[in-house]
Amino acid sequence: MELIYNILIDPFVQMGEAPDFLLQVLWEGFVAGTLYALIALGFVLIFKASGVFNFAQGIMVVFAALSLVGLFALGIPAYLALALALVIMGLLAISVERLVLRHLVNQPDIILFMSTIGLTYFLIGLGELVFGGDPKSMITTELGLPTGATDIEIFGGLLILQHIDIAAAVIAALLVAGLAFFFSVTRVGRALRAVADDHQAALSVGISLNQIWVIVWFAAGIVALTTGIMWGARSDVSFALQIIALKALPVLILGGFTSVPGAIIGGLIIGFGEKLFEIYWGGLLGGGVEAWFAYVIALIFLLFRPQGLFGEKIIERI
Amino acid sequence: MFYREAGQFKATYEADQALFPVRQDLLGVLAILAVAFVVIPFSASDFFLNSIMIPFLVFALAAIGLNILTGFCGQISLGTGAFMGVGAYACYKLTTYFPDVNIIILVFCSGFFSAGIGMIFGLPSLRIKGFYLVVTTLAAQFFLEWCFIRIAWLYNYNESGAIEVPQRLLFDTPITGAAAEPVVRYLIVLSIVVFMAILASNVIRGRIGRGWMMIRDMDIAAELMGIRPLYAKLSAFAFSSFYCGVAGALMVFFWLGAAEVESFDINHSFLILFMVIIGGLGSIAGSFMGAAFIWILPVLLRALPGYFGIDVGAATVEHINFMIIGALIVFFLIVEPAGLARLWSIARQKLRVWPFPY
Repeated sequence: MELIYNILIDPFVQMGEAPDFLLQVLWEGFVAGTLYALIALGFVLIFKASGVFNFAQGIMVVFAALSLVGLFALGIPAYLALALALVIMGLLAISVERLVLRHLVNQPDIILFMSTIGLTYFLIGLGELVFGGDPKSMITTELGLPTGATDIEIFGGLLILQHIDIAAAVIAALLVAGLAFFFSVTRVGRALRAVADDHQAALSVGISLNQIWVIVWFAAGIVALTTGIMWGARSDVSFALQIIALKALPVLILGGFTSVPGAIIGGLIIGFGEKLFEIYWGGLLGGGVEAWFAYVIALIFLLFRPQGLFGEKIIERI
Repeated sequence: MFYREAGQFKATYEADQALFPVRQDLLGVLAILAVAFVVIPFSASDFFLNSIMIPFLVFALAAIGLNILTGFCGQISLGTGAFMGVGAYACYKLTTYFPDVNIIILVFCSGFFSAGIGMIFGLPSLRIKGFYLVVTTLAAQFFLEWCFIRIAWLYNYNESGAIEVPQRLLFDTPITGAAAEPVVRYLIVLSIVVFMAILASNVIRGRIGRGWMMIRDMDIAAELMGIRPLYAKLSAFAFSSFYCGVAGALMVFFWLGAAEVESFDINHSFLILFMVIIGGLGSIAGSFMGAAFIWILPVLLRALPGYFGIDVGAATVEHINFMIIGALIVFFLIVEPAGLARLWSIARQKLRVWPFPY
């Protein structure tokens, strides 16, 4: 009886008693969700355009952030370092296309997926070799990002909003808007959608697959760099981020693999759910449930709605 | 020249269906076994046994397990590390509750626990496949890791949170714990691995294994031909997890001696997946080749700079090692998706017709 009370009633009583704390938790969830959504966005971009499930997105985030911090440490001004980091992501996109994807055209999806795991390992090794394995702090102030926090008095308590989190949410929104514009209006964006629909048909109307892949991987690189800066500003830039980036997978399951709005909403659901569950229910299980909550939600989701909230219904049902 | 099958006629169905239909193959395998069972124990140093042969065999067993699931049944799993952990922790709990039962029996029993857990996490495979399944196995990986940390009962409420292997005897010789000789542990691991490898190749040749391969090649066609996906997939998950569980138990009890949750983290899942890819999806021999390659290559790489008199930091070698493994994965997927096992079968074909090209 007490167990049922603890599970079903007590958390809500706690929420009602301290609404300011609840708001703080929700805000934390919102911020975490934004970051998950950003990583998931990188996955979705590549998956939509090339059908490749890019396992390396997580390490691309780390790699981009590390390049930025590493270049700055060499004495290059922050904005120039940002531009150079973009160039590095561009070079990465070109070499991935040249050295990996081009040779794997027409292979089963699973082979492509595993090749991105190989790419992940390669980038981990390269990153650690060049930049060293220890965590680095992100150059937040040098990039002109706001620091500090605003305290809002609400419900007789304090709600603390970190400025960097607000900036992250705004930048994420801008990025998504920009990508949506790019996809729906520009010539290249339409070509990308054509490739996503059908490789052969796209080829036959004169769209170069190789070019499109480079563009898509570069776009994913830009998303990765943005994510890296935002995440790096909250915690340090380290290789542990790569494991956290795996959380984008459950986000994708929730949102659907091919849907940009799905990635965002999925990210927010996971972010909110994770924080709420950890704070109000986690104690019953001994804490630390954040590590698996997202995956288990995805697992349950898969059993009932495998195509996700917004995905196209193309999943083969067995 | 020496690899000719001419004159080897099969007079019975049994001979035709034998595990090694060509006599030279059988002799070759017997020779390898002779080296493994007789030459290595007498000649190898403790270092060689402890840090090369025993881990190689343990990982080969885990790779066979994953290969059953991924290579033969076509279901990708990133939860191998966690399933090994289930085996290890189950074995640890069993030794606590049944201190008098022979440890080797307990190692096999612990496999059943991980088979059960594997079947539970394999349930979603009935509705989904591919990347979607990867996510559910990731759920298994992270959830089980969390269990290994948070459920103190699993490690007997130790202060350290680690499982320590108690000493156990077989014929009055210590086979686990600090007092056990590397040679003894090596021989036990070798015997178990050889037994289970033979078992696996027979299961795969049989009705169950052919069902797995049909599901892998085309699930709808397999279903129409009377293979039940429910049984085929869940049995693949159970078999695979059983092998991983036994490998995990062997890893802790006969190699590491003590283990924490880090021994079963996602990096190990990746490592074993790499062994399967590089060795060859859908090949038992390939699992051994892949395990040898992935495990021994770093050891060689660590030794190489010193050999040439170049001083390179251990960390640098580790990073280069990562890069080489990553590049090799991509290389193998591009050039030879069927892995080392396929290279061997090409070489074998060349030997058969030598000195003619075909």
